[in-house]
Amino acid sequence: MIEIQPASGVADMGGDSGWGRAPIIDPDEVVFPEKWEGRAFALALLSMRVSGSNLDAFRHAMNRLDREHYFDDGYYGRWLYGAENLLLDSAIIAPGAVEARAANIAGGHVDEPPVPESNKPDYAPTAGGSIRQIDAPRKFSVGQRVRAKTMNAPGHTRLQKYTQGHVGTVAIVEPAQILPDTHAHFIAENAQWVYTVSFDSRELYQENTENFTLNTDLYEDYLEAAS
Amino acid sequence: MSKAQPSSDRIPMNLRTEALEQLLVERGLVDPQVMDTFIKTYEKDVGPLNGAQVVAKAWTDPEFKQRLLDDGTGAIAELGFKGPQGEHLVVVENSAEVHNVVVCTLCSCYPWPLLGLPPAWYKDPAYRSRVVREPRTVLAEMGLELPTDTEITVWDSSSEVRFFVLPQRPPGTEELSEAELAALVTRDAMVGVAQVSA
Repeated sequence: MIEIQPASGVADMGGDSGWGRAPIIDPDEVVFPEKWEGRAFALALLSMRVSGSNLDAFRHAMNRLDREHYFDDGYYGRWLYGAENLLLDSAIIAPGAVEARAANIAGGHVDEPPVPESNKPDYAPTAGGSIRQIDAPRKFSVGQRVRAKTMNAPGHTRLQKYTQGHVGTVAIVEPAQILPDTHAHFIAENAQWVYTVSFDSRELYQENTENFTLNTDLYEDYLEAAS
Repeated sequence: MSKAQPSSDRIPMNLRTEALEQLLVERGLVDPQVMDTFIKTYEKDVGPLNGAQVVAKAWTDPEFKQRLLDDGTGAIAELGFKGPQGEHLVVVENSAEVHNVVVCTLCSCYPWPLLGLPPAWYKDPAYRSRVVREPRTVLAEMGLELPTDTEITVWDSSSEVRFFVLPQRPPGTEELSEAELAALVTRDAMVGVAQVSA
């Protein structure tokens, strides 16, 4: 039985207001301003392997975080919490193990939970990376009108809420790729064509808006033909 | 929602990271030297200098530029740049008529082999949320005032395709060598929130 946990929704922020002024560019920014950020980056990459998981599951492990965990410790903070989620899901570490070890490093004397019996997903990728060769014909072609479906994904998805229900035009047929919605939950690779779709900003946002084109690369399952 | 809930007292992130590293290293699940290699790779070896070489070559070699626009992944691999987050690269060209800018609203997908890891501004929720709604205003706030008749195209990464902006070559650089041109190209221009100046 595969347990599908929902996303919290905090990551899907495209089109939202309330975030204030655009950021200031720091031309002298270093890659990892704090040492732990580099360690968290590396630990997260390795935790995907150690947990027997994959990149889509890792993204979803971050998208499950609540607002505080997603934002308050920055980008690598959410990477670390996401990595912990993967390791907890696969029972590589026990709940409370990180907190107990942190307390002991800080000079405490806390009992640490025993190492659990691991429970990695019963899954293996059919190849490296996300691109696959498939025989299925392309459902859509360049210039065709398509609508981003309105989907209520139970778990992971890469279909942004601000595109849902809106009609655009296929601009590029991209290589076929595995579907994050099922791959993140180890159900199936579901390799399928991906299309970069062009939306007019006035189609996306009904109110007065700037005039621009929004292009985004969407999986075939996210799209339906539109007239 | 998250399983990784903190106790009532928040654990400082340096301590939390050290704790997880210890738990994995002491069981032989993670090799700290491999961690060091990952960190050093993105601190020292893989960064915007790669992308700048691609741009300078495109500015000086029209045949390469055509290959770059037709098949970004293949042309970029000619220069030896590939790896994680670079499985399929699409290059979009800025001109006086069209200005392209790249975002990942859902996380912070970024073409690592060409630009390294994303900078803070790219990961900022104000950038992620607003550049797909009011890009002209966001770019102006970030210091790039575009002419009103320049069309804007925003590219939001959903799949494993990674978008890369070929900036406009600045005027007055006709005499510069490829290496001198590469030195002018900034990370921010290759995402589309700045232009290259001579």
